[in-house]
Amino acid sequence: MDTAYLIETIIKVVVILLIFSALAGIGTYFERKVLAFMQRRLGPMYVGPYGLLQVAADGVKLFTKEDIIPTNVVALIFKIAPVITAATAFMAAAAIPFFPEFTVFGYTVHPIVADLNIGILYILGVMAVGLYGPLLGGMASANKFALLSAARTAAVFISYEVVSGLSILAPIMMVGSLSLIDFNEYQAGGISDWIIWSQPLAFILFWIAAFAETGRTPFHLIANDHEIIDGFGTEYSGMRWGLFFIGEYANMFFISFVIPLIFLGGFGDGTIFGALGLLGKVAFFFFFFLWTRAAWPDVRPDQLMWLCWKVLMPLAVINVVITGLVMMF
Amino acid sequence: MKMEAFNDRNVADNGYFLVDIEDYPTDGWGKFKRVVRRSFKGELFVGLWVVLREMIKFDIHTVQYPEEKMPIGPRYRAVHEMKRLWESDAERCIGCGLCEKICISDCIRMDTKIDENSRKEVTEYTINLGRCIFCGYCAEVCPELAITHGGEYEQASEQREHFVDYEYMLTPIDTMKAKAQKEFEGFGAITPHEDERVKKTPLAY
Repeated sequence: MDTAYLIETIIKVVVILLIFSALAGIGTYFERKVLAFMQRRLGPMYVGPYGLLQVAADGVKLFTKEDIIPTNVVALIFKIAPVITAATAFMAAAAIPFFPEFTVFGYTVHPIVADLNIGILYILGVMAVGLYGPLLGGMASANKFALLSAARTAAVFISYEVVSGLSILAPIMMVGSLSLIDFNEYQAGGISDWIIWSQPLAFILFWIAAFAETGRTPFHLIANDHEIIDGFGTEYSGMRWGLFFIGEYANMFFISFVIPLIFLGGFGDGTIFGALGLLGKVAFFFFFFLWTRAAWPDVRPDQLMWLCWKVLMPLAVINVVITGLVMMF
Repeated sequence: MKMEAFNDRNVADNGYFLVDIEDYPTDGWGKFKRVVRRSFKGELFVGLWVVLREMIKFDIHTVQYPEEKMPIGPRYRAVHEMKRLWESDAERCIGCGLCEKICISDCIRMDTKIDENSRKEVTEYTINLGRCIFCGYCAEVCPELAITHGGEYEQASEQREHFVDYEYMLTPIDTMKAKAQKEFEGFGAITPHEDERVKKTPLAY
């Protein structure tokens, strides 16, 4: 492996880490603002112009807070759990092409850390490992609400892995590759080539599953404030809690990249308009996460399981079968 | 809304009706049909539209408190004020002590003496705002309309025993000269146009 490739990869990793850590912070700002506007409030207004520096204030607070390890927790696991959430979220980013490739000073940059030939499988797998953050954190916390949340996390994540995996199977069959770059090239011809037109059901199922896997509002029962306090985060404070938070928001951003890349044409033909189009699609999907939080109530855990196993999973299987039949004949 | 709506207890013929709620499905097929109906009726999009509409309308209801304040009613009972006479700019308080007597939380303390004109003069007058419950009895009992409530509701303090004294509450003489003293319109105040409604006492009784 030559040195230039190594250096390029390290630079890309650092850039992605920094940008998405910052985006996670700014994401909280946007969430607070959007929710506030939808509820006729103003949101953060005091720190900086229009409250823009609120993110920095929160960051300073989280970093400088005392790192509290409660008495009865399993200290080692308690300390590791938040790192798992944040780390797996960022690891998933390795196989996501954020932009079309571009040339800087005669050097062609591929804005993807590793173009794996099993890209989607890798992303889904690493996001599934993210389950261990809330699960271990909740179980190690010596707190009954955290334990409840850990149980729910395991149930929800594992169940919706099935839906996301099966729903995405049909597009994979059509493209014949697991690399997101190949997905993008498959749809590069323009809007009429987008996979959403041939796989609308898979698109909706994957979108629903994305809500469950990021633990966002219609399926926010992993850390449902009004039932189980903050769930797995109840006993956490300071930067460890902040890591959970960064992990959640980074996950939201990455899944917002993955959905358009698979179903909505990604960055298209690779021009600057395509890249901006991808950013626009990402912005819409991220906004939709906040939008639903303002609009929709949470479902009960049993309803969520019912929805997964009796509705979404059969639909996904039927979708795969029909796609297979259409491709065969 | 008219008061009749509240007074008429005969609710049956007043436009009330039972909301037509269909029975909850008991079997699996019924539940399934309900889910399908709810999924395709677009109820979820109604919710999305409502919040988006509110965001676009941008009709913000927040009052950014220290910069903006809500108007308070003229009868609001906040920190007390001591008024002056319009005619002579002299203090209205005659040191009768009724407010001290009636105060149910014992927060008013006053001291008086006879001055050189053999009139009663207030030497000490404090209200412990930490104890005061702002009931308004002092203002109501005052025969001279001297002590009233004002609109100054910001009274944070380092101590629980936060006192205001006579000089603090008294209308400043400059304000009085500028005829800018505000009368309290609330509890115990004179009704507007009271002069016209006063009936003369017939001396022939």
